[in-house]
Amino acid sequence: MAKDPERRDLFPGTLEILILQSLRLRPMHGYALVKHIKQASDSLLEVEEGSLYPALQRMLKAGWLESEAGTSAKGRPTRIFRPTAAGIRHLEREVSSFEKMFTGITRVLATAKA
Amino acid sequence: MQWLAQLFSRRRRYDDLSVSIQEHLSERIEELMEEGMSPQESERTARREFGNVTLVEERSREVWQWTKLESIVADLRFAFRRLRKSPGFAVTVILTLAIGIGANTAVFTVLNRVLIKPLPYPEPDQLVSVWLEAPGAAGLANFTDGLHLSSSMYFTFSEQNRTFQSLGVWTADSANVTGLAKPEEVRAALVSDGVLEALEVPPLAGRWLSQADQQPHGAKTVMLSYGYWQRRFGGDRSAIGRTITIDSQPREIVGVMPRGFRLANQDFDLLAPLAFDRNHQKLAGFGFQGIARLKPGVSIAQADADVTRMIPIWMDSFTNGPGTNPHFYETWKITPALRPLKQQVIGNVGNVLWVVMATIGLVMLIACTNVANLLLVRADARQQELAIRAALGAGRGRIARELLIESVLLGMIGGLLGIGVAYAGLRLLTAIGPSDLPRLNEVFLDARSLGFTLILSLLSGFLFGAIPALKYSNMRAGADLSGGGRTASTGHQRQHSRNLMVVAQVAMALVLLISALLMIRTFQALRTVEPGFDDARHLQTLRITIPDSLVSDPQMVTHIENNIADKLSAIAGVTSVGFAAAMPMQGIDPNWDEIRIEGKSYEGADPPLRLFNSVSPGYFHTAGTRLVAGRDVTWGDIYDLRQVVIVSENFARESWGTPTAAVGKHLRQFSNMPWVEVIGVVEDVRHNGVDEKAPAIIYWPALINNPYTPKPTLDAARSATFAIRSDRAGTESFLTEVQQAVWSVNANLPLASVETMQDIYSQSLARTSFTLVMLAIAGTMALVLGVIGIYGVISYAVSQRTREIGIRLALGAQKGELKWMFVRSALVLTGIGVAIGVVAAAGLMQFMKSLLFGISPLDPLTYVAIPFVLVSSAVVASYLPARRAATVDPVEALRAE
Repeated sequence: MAKDPERRDLFPGTLEILILQSLRLRPMHGYALVKHIKQASDSLLEVEEGSLYPALQRMLKAGWLESEAGTSAKGRPTRIFRPTAAGIRHLEREVSSFEKMFTGITRVLATAKA
Repeated sequence: MQWLAQLFSRRRRYDDLSVSIQEHLSERIEELMEEGMSPQESERTARREFGNVTLVEERSREVWQWTKLESIVADLRFAFRRLRKSPGFAVTVILTLAIGIGANTAVFTVLNRVLIKPLPYPEPDQLVSVWLEAPGAAGLANFTDGLHLSSSMYFTFSEQNRTFQSLGVWTADSANVTGLAKPEEVRAALVSDGVLEALEVPPLAGRWLSQADQQPHGAKTVMLSYGYWQRRFGGDRSAIGRTITIDSQPREIVGVMPRGFRLANQDFDLLAPLAFDRNHQKLAGFGFQGIARLKPGVSIAQADADVTRMIPIWMDSFTNGPGTNPHFYETWKITPALRPLKQQVIGNVGNVLWVVMATIGLVMLIACTNVANLLLVRADARQQELAIRAALGAGRGRIARELLIESVLLGMIGGLLGIGVAYAGLRLLTAIGPSDLPRLNEVFLDARSLGFTLILSLLSGFLFGAIPALKYSNMRAGADLSGGGRTASTGHQRQHSRNLMVVAQVAMALVLLISALLMIRTFQALRTVEPGFDDARHLQTLRITIPDSLVSDPQMVTHIENNIADKLSAIAGVTSVGFAAAMPMQGIDPNWDEIRIEGKSYEGADPPLRLFNSVSPGYFHTAGTRLVAGRDVTWGDIYDLRQVVIVSENFARESWGTPTAAVGKHLRQFSNMPWVEVIGVVEDVRHNGVDEKAPAIIYWPALINNPYTPKPTLDAARSATFAIRSDRAGTESFLTEVQQAVWSVNANLPLASVETMQDIYSQSLARTSFTLVMLAIAGTMALVLGVIGIYGVISYAVSQRTREIGIRLALGAQKGELKWMFVRSALVLTGIGVAIGVVAAAGLMQFMKSLLFGISPLDPLTYVAIPFVLVSSAVVASYLPARRAATVDPVEALRAE
């Protein structure tokens, strides 16, 4: 089985954080999410559709997201995703551990330089 | 139900997903078009960027699937495919399992019906049969298994007890029903008040017999069994209230008992009140079986103590008539031995069934071992494939699961077919099963049996699947990728578990074969027993009962019987006719009493009890019971009421030393009775069956003075079994003529128990032959499976060692030596198996002891013959592959590597 593309580009679990954080600002549909993440990261991060949709389904199953029928900006029917309370809790936990790890990595890198 | 909800929501989610993706694409296309691309170009680009839509959808959906279940389904499909590819293997395994599981299900079903829930009464644990023992009454143990109750005991116990909710006595009888169609003798059960109350089974229609029905001069009533109601009244409810003539007395039908109702293990057509007259009861007359329901919380020991307390009360409350000593029975030391009713119903049939179940279970184990063996060989063949998969990261559980799924699938298919086998097996079992198995005719495959089949199929699937699964799941990745698993070391290792299985199989087969052979020897021993009659095939028997209500004068009864005998003798082909109160092995309850011998002092003790029978002139000649000394009775003896008697040989030897010495000696029942002269001695008769000791029997003439009454009154054998010696016995035309002959004397006399002596004899051997057949089938299956197992293992060893054999041959090994090498290894395995089996069999046979007759459970011949048979089979089974090994071409063998 080939590895998921996001595993190469993102740290494991990062995609979920990005999705939850984006949706926390406002509920969005899939395409809007892709665009939002691209813009917000100044085009540094690009979420592939091949990873996004399975991830959304995983998060729905885990209870971090909920979805409802809605319309896109262009007025076509689609699903709008929003984070649940569990999703927010998960986000906060992950962000804090992510930050810890990031701090750790930064420090190690700093000593290596010095 | 959650999975159901999930199933629907899953469907919806799939649709939602498609909508989302569709919108995503559309939006992207629009965006691209806004950037100035052509519509076609935009669509192509959008799709390229997105990637494979189907794949994305599929992977998104996977999130929602029950991965475990669905991959198990995939595994199942895979297992199916693999089985289809090797039909020979699949058919062998499935058939083996189907037979094994089917046989087990069938036996379990019988066991469940007969042993586990044999009592169709509410709260059956409270029910006891009231049983007494009388160790002080010498001779009693010789012909009954305890002392039954007398009617006076019934009154004492039911009135004085503190431990029973209700207590009653009953006895089996026969009754003549006339006026319905042709006269018919039916099975009647006479019950006292308290029996139906104890059993607590409500009537299907009408009412129970009540206490009012028990009044000696009260209502004459009767209840019907379900079967008789259906047979004679077509199940018509208006039968209740109608009057039928039973033994020439009109009786009103007051109720019908429900289907399947029996009195303990007694089937009946009519249920009639005993109607004792309380004022005329004696101490004696121990002819009734007692049934009682204990009060809640009362133990059998407490009830025993209660009965012990009541026995002196009984002796004080009744007498045996003026001038008799009421405390005479103290010398009998009557003690209660109450037992659960269930125990009485089952009897020692339980032993037979448990032995059969254990046997069939062993065969199942052997079958599983063989199947495990086959699976191991198969797994060996897949070894490389499995090793590659392990190397590619397939987990240990994953491979184990796959192997297990295959074996459980086999188990389930085997189980499914097994249900068919069980159905056929049950029909066979009920057809050949002994008639004393309670409720055997009600046996059918019920939910419990099917549950058993399911569990057995799963369990056996896991059992034989676990061995290869354990073996191959922990294979180290890459361990056997090279060399194709033919290296000597791994070969040996794998051979090891198969060797163990051969040893186990041989041991189990040995146990089964030994028990089968012991049973065969028992059967042989029983066949050689001289039963006290001969040429049973040509001995027709039938019972005629002349009730008091039809003919009251006893002398007249004997005349009628004499008349019938004459008419029967006149039938073409009849060589001789006689009658007796009871013929051997019919299960007719004997009469008995003490017998005092003239000139012998009993020094205060009581003389032993002896079995009584009454006979007509010519009965012994007809039955083929040899006259050892003296002479037969004559009609003259009977009509003149001469004080004569015939005794059995064992009684003559015990009392006077030799049969000839007995002739002319005297004996009597009570001290106030006249002495009677012994005029003849006949050979011993196995009255209770060939496997029981021949009891001492006193044969009275068919008409005698009743010893129980102070003034001599006549007593005739009112229920007589006629014996007719003829080559035509058993044929339809003969029976028609017999019936006409009887009815020409009196048209109101029904013929009962019309069978040849051979039928009676076979029935008395039925339990033994049933066990024998079951064990023989099981033993043969075990032998065949065991031999196949040995053959399989040696044959596999040969194929694994082809290279080694080639080298040996190339180096100059002799073919004979090579053959011996393989045969020897089979002999070693068989030897170990035999040793274990002999020890196990010797232990297990103690359990079968009660089924054996005239043979020791450690019969030396058996313990030599069976190992010999097994070892010889092993030699043959290993020689065939060994011969193949010796023909290996060394060059070919080496090149094959």
